[in-house]
Amino acid sequence: MKIAIASGKGGTGKTTLSTNLASYLAETNKVVLTDLDVEEPNSGLFLKSELIYSEDKYKMIPQWKESDCTLCGICQEACNYHAVIQIMDSIMVFPELCHSCYACSELCPTNALPMIPKKMGELKHYKTEQFHFVEARLSIGEEQAVPLIKQTLKYIDSNYGNDYLKIYDSPPGTSCPVIEATKEADFVILITEPTPFGLNDVILAIETMQELHKDFGIVINRYGIGNNDIVNYCHNNNIPILAKIPNDKEIAILYSKGELLYNSIPAVKAELEKIAQYISALSANYLPTQIPKNN
Amino acid sequence: MKEIVVISGKGGTGKTSITASLAVLGGKEVVVADCDVDAADMHILLQPENLKSEDFYSGELAVLDQNLCTQCGNCFDVCRFDAISVNNGIHQVVDLSCEGCGYCARVCPVDAIKNIPLNVGKWHIANTRFKQPMVHAKLGIGADNSGKLVAHVKNIAKEIADQYNRKYVLVDGSPGVGCPVVSSLSGAHFVILVTEPTVSGLHDLKRVYELVAKFNLRAGCIINKSDLNTSKSKEIMQFFKHKNIIHLADLPYDEAFTHAMTNCKTIVEEDDSAIKTILEQVWERVKTEVRNKN
Ligand code: SF4
Ligand code: SF4
Ligand code: SF4
Ligand code: SF4
Repeated sequence: MKIAIASGKGGTGKTTLSTNLASYLAETNKVVLTDLDVEEPNSGLFLKSELIYSEDKYKMIPQWKESDCTLCGICQEACNYHAVIQIMDSIMVFPELCHSCYACSELCPTNALPMIPKKMGELKHYKTEQFHFVEARLSIGEEQAVPLIKQTLKYIDSNYGNDYLKIYDSPPGTSCPVIEATKEADFVILITEPTPFGLNDVILAIETMQELHKDFGIVINRYGIGNNDIVNYCHNNNIPILAKIPNDKEIAILYSKGELLYNSIPAVKAELEKIAQYISALSANYLPTQIPKNN
Repeated sequence: MKEIVVISGKGGTGKTSITASLAVLGGKEVVVADCDVDAADMHILLQPENLKSEDFYSGELAVLDQNLCTQCGNCFDVCRFDAISVNNGIHQVVDLSCEGCGYCARVCPVDAIKNIPLNVGKWHIANTRFKQPMVHAKLGIGADNSGKLVAHVKNIAKEIADQYNRKYVLVDGSPGVGCPVVSSLSGAHFVILVTEPTVSGLHDLKRVYELVAKFNLRAGCIINKSDLNTSKSKEIMQFFKHKNIIHLADLPYDEAFTHAMTNCKTIVEEDDSAIKTILEQVWERVKTEVRNKN
């Protein structure tokens, strides 16, 4: 079963929830946590883990072979992103603008623009004591998160079967990267804060999930601060509230040190258990996830 | 006209609350630009009244006409984004996956595919409740945040500042380190980094600082909730020193921020707030820094 954890904007506790929930669920399930927030992957900061594998990730871009080029101009005309341009008697490629659509390369009559790999980021695979953890990180200056997210999802699918509970820490927002990260999820957890900002952002996230026809529920972080609008909103719209993590300075302090919460704060553990039960009820509809660990 | 951009790398550090507070302090001297187009929140605090709203088009979307299509499959073969689906031999475009590269249209033998401009959101020129011009926008669901809408919002704000002789454009920048934040930063005269003393705060600050350094911009930093973890705050300060970032202020952990927000107000509108005094000093300092630049 695939569970994505997302939020309308960053900083609402998405990573806190992902890491704590993954740890907690790993006590009774096989779990792999994936950090798909490739611009700012943070989950790893909260986990004590050992690196077991890493690889560079590439995107494909065209490379000009001057000797074969007839300067026909087809490539420039074919690129919708202005990533390949003819300047005087040479062809220039702008890798950051290229979406790897292959149009220029395949439409070039003389094969003068073969596609070559260019590094766009790194994938790292770690093992904690209880579960596996995969992180992808976009190189600075690289502008497109979606291709890296796609490749990371592929990596997970080819390494972990249905007996694993797959948890995805998604990028924030409502644009392409979050769509890519949640598209294949069986269930999406949206986390928000009970404030006017939180309400505004979670409504955008809810609309996004409805557009994708996703099954989703809400977790309220810092419950007790702000007001009750988010609770009312969920009730009026029949949206399940899975858990309410209390507002507590102690939590903020543990978080600042990069520590997991639920072992020190019983109230957090109780809320995680509610989410676990909700997921396990859902998973009855999917392949078994409550498989005892065989180690 | 000088451009001051507030960014944070990581979300939830109080960036928007602080930017809105500076906007209130700046009063008639500023034009406000909300470039956090993915999750725009500043309108909640500044309650702008929209004077002009327009759609924004960027990129394209493939549209397939079934009346012309011969179901030859060329489009399916060339699309690298799994954006052409085939069901019972019928080819269709999956809108959310289409990147608008236009390759399918080029190989369709019967011209059944057209690329239409994609509406990716709306932008507005508005008047805040402090009677300042504000430019803000909202990206549509699933739109490609390529930074173009961000650049557009900024350009409109700059035009307004020039026309009405406002001294500053104050920009609530985008989160992350990708394309939109690059657009937010380009052309900035001064950058305010808002961070918090947490492991992830420092981590993201370092990442976003690489961009600031790449553009060779001058920057100052505000550590929000600085007393939450004093040893992390010190670590952040070390980092500043090393990198020549001005340490603008430390703000204490204070739920008054959230209380003000709950009332849809900025913290500088609360009379007896200690934070108000600190932010007033920050604004003066930033103005001095910006002036000194030339
Ligand atoms: S399409 Fe090929 S041959 Fe024509 S200008 Fe481009 S690279 Fe040269
Ligand atoms: S592969 Fe596509 S996006 Fe990249 S340069 Fe060629 S035509 Fe442009
Ligand atoms: S290439 Fe044109 S004719 Fe062929 S399946 Fe696609 S839309 Fe239909
Ligand atoms: S425009 Fe490009 S991405 Fe969209 S369907 Fe056509 S080939 Fe695929």
